[in-house]
Amino acid sequence: MTRQQLQRYALPALALLGALGFWEATVRINQMPPVILPAPSLVAATLVKDWAPLSRSLLVTLTITCEALVAATVGGTLIALLFARFRWIEEAFFPFAVILQVTPVISIAPLLLVYLDSGGAVLVCSFLVAFFPILSNTALGLSSVDHNLLDLFQMYRASRGKQLLWLRVPSALPYFLGGLRIGGGLALIGAIVAEIAAGSAGSGSGLAYRIIESGYRLNIPRMFAALVLISLTGIAIYLVLSAVSYLLLHRWHDSARSRDT
Amino acid sequence: MSLSVLDSATVGSSATRLVRLEGVCKTFSNGTVALTGVDLEIRRGEFLSLLGPSGCGKSTILRLLSDLTGVSSGWINWAGQEHELGFVFQEPTLMPWANVFHNVWLPLRLKDITRKDAQGPIMDALEKVGLAGFAKSYPRELSGGMKMRVSIARALVTRPAILLMDEPFAALDEITRNKLNDDLLALKSELDATVVFVTHSVYESVYLSSRIVVMAPRPGRIVAQIEVPAPLPRTEEFRLTPLYAERCRETSAALHMAMGLDPKQGAAH
Repeated sequence: MTRQQLQRYALPALALLGALGFWEATVRINQMPPVILPAPSLVAATLVKDWAPLSRSLLVTLTITCEALVAATVGGTLIALLFARFRWIEEAFFPFAVILQVTPVISIAPLLLVYLDSGGAVLVCSFLVAFFPILSNTALGLSSVDHNLLDLFQMYRASRGKQLLWLRVPSALPYFLGGLRIGGGLALIGAIVAEIAAGSAGSGSGLAYRIIESGYRLNIPRMFAALVLISLTGIAIYLVLSAVSYLLLHRWHDSARSRDT
Repeated sequence: MSLSVLDSATVGSSATRLVRLEGVCKTFSNGTVALTGVDLEIRRGEFLSLLGPSGCGKSTILRLLSDLTGVSSGWINWAGQEHELGFVFQEPTLMPWANVFHNVWLPLRLKDITRKDAQGPIMDALEKVGLAGFAKSYPRELSGGMKMRVSIARALVTRPAILLMDEPFAALDEITRNKLNDDLLALKSELDATVVFVTHSVYESVYLSSRIVVMAPRPGRIVAQIEVPAPLPRTEEFRLTPLYAERCRETSAALHMAMGLDPKQGAAH
């Protein structure tokens, strides 16, 4: 292993281990009760012991997040394509997209809970926050085409369809994937926020519901265990989407290339 | 001063004429007058350079010829119905997501020519620009000069009657540029194509052209036409001939006049 590789992987791993050790030591030395702050070892033990209910909740949260992300991807991309094709649609509807984006999702959640059952409300919430970055990034990408290439397509009398498929869509791909990565993280946040707003009424019982429930029962180790799972879910989503992005772009786009040094 | 200022009507017979611009004016929507009263005849098989300072409308002539924009007044008359065009921009203008093969395929693909049918012409074009082994490479893996060669191959793949080049080598270093100049002349002779070449460089225009059209800005217009009666293609030795030196001086003087400067102030580049 070279010095650079060591620095890249060993350093953050050591820092993480050090932080956990410090946490563990603080709890043990001060003899803090688990209800105030559980030690990492206890959180890990709880994760194993309560795996059955926690994994069920994880699956629920994961399912909702994925469904919302897929819906946001399909919806955001289709609307971006519409925006690119018909400028008047963009001018007419872009304010709606902005309003949805700037309104904090937590403030919409209670309203959604009035109209929808809790499962539906969580899904819609998650969809709404993931939708905008995908839409705006894709729309930006579709309009950021090299003008000379547009001229070239026009010169060879390319149809609108071919221009879209062979020029605008590939040009927009890096932007779209950037939006997807942001949207993936936000979809999880949206799902958690909506579930917390739904509170104990939540019948779907995702990870956020586990946190609230554990809080009521003062089962702080389980609260931490659910929190760890949420973090890991977020990391997993980010890694998967980054891998997709790398696979699609590494041959040609600067963002996915390492610089020659 | 022996400027060969020629009236387009006196030059070339209709048999060799490829396209003729008559009284062409172009005013952009913001009111800028890009071209005014341009009379120009482009003959089959010639290498024509458009030379002039920025804003003289050189590129606008190419855009008019390639039908990317229309004239405000005047006519552009092509000899014959079909005129296949090739266009090379100042930047290579390749699709970064597509490999060299796909980039060169594009003009044919837009004419619904399948990969199988396009294979021959594509490999042929790549061979002509010296990139036969690079069909599977991506643009980012190529040097600036090689990207420009791909761009030229793409322009040639449809076997155009006329090749329009908009300062294609301006961004390249001098060594690469000289090499590409020689290769371009060789290609032009091999394909018997007509080339309209926009440039800022007096020396490049004299070395390459059979005729140089000098233009002046604000408003864009033609101020001089200079013939370079040496056979194409040429070699480096052409740069040592009296004809080259004389035409460089003439062209330089015409360019200075076009820019409203005193021609005795020295040679322009």
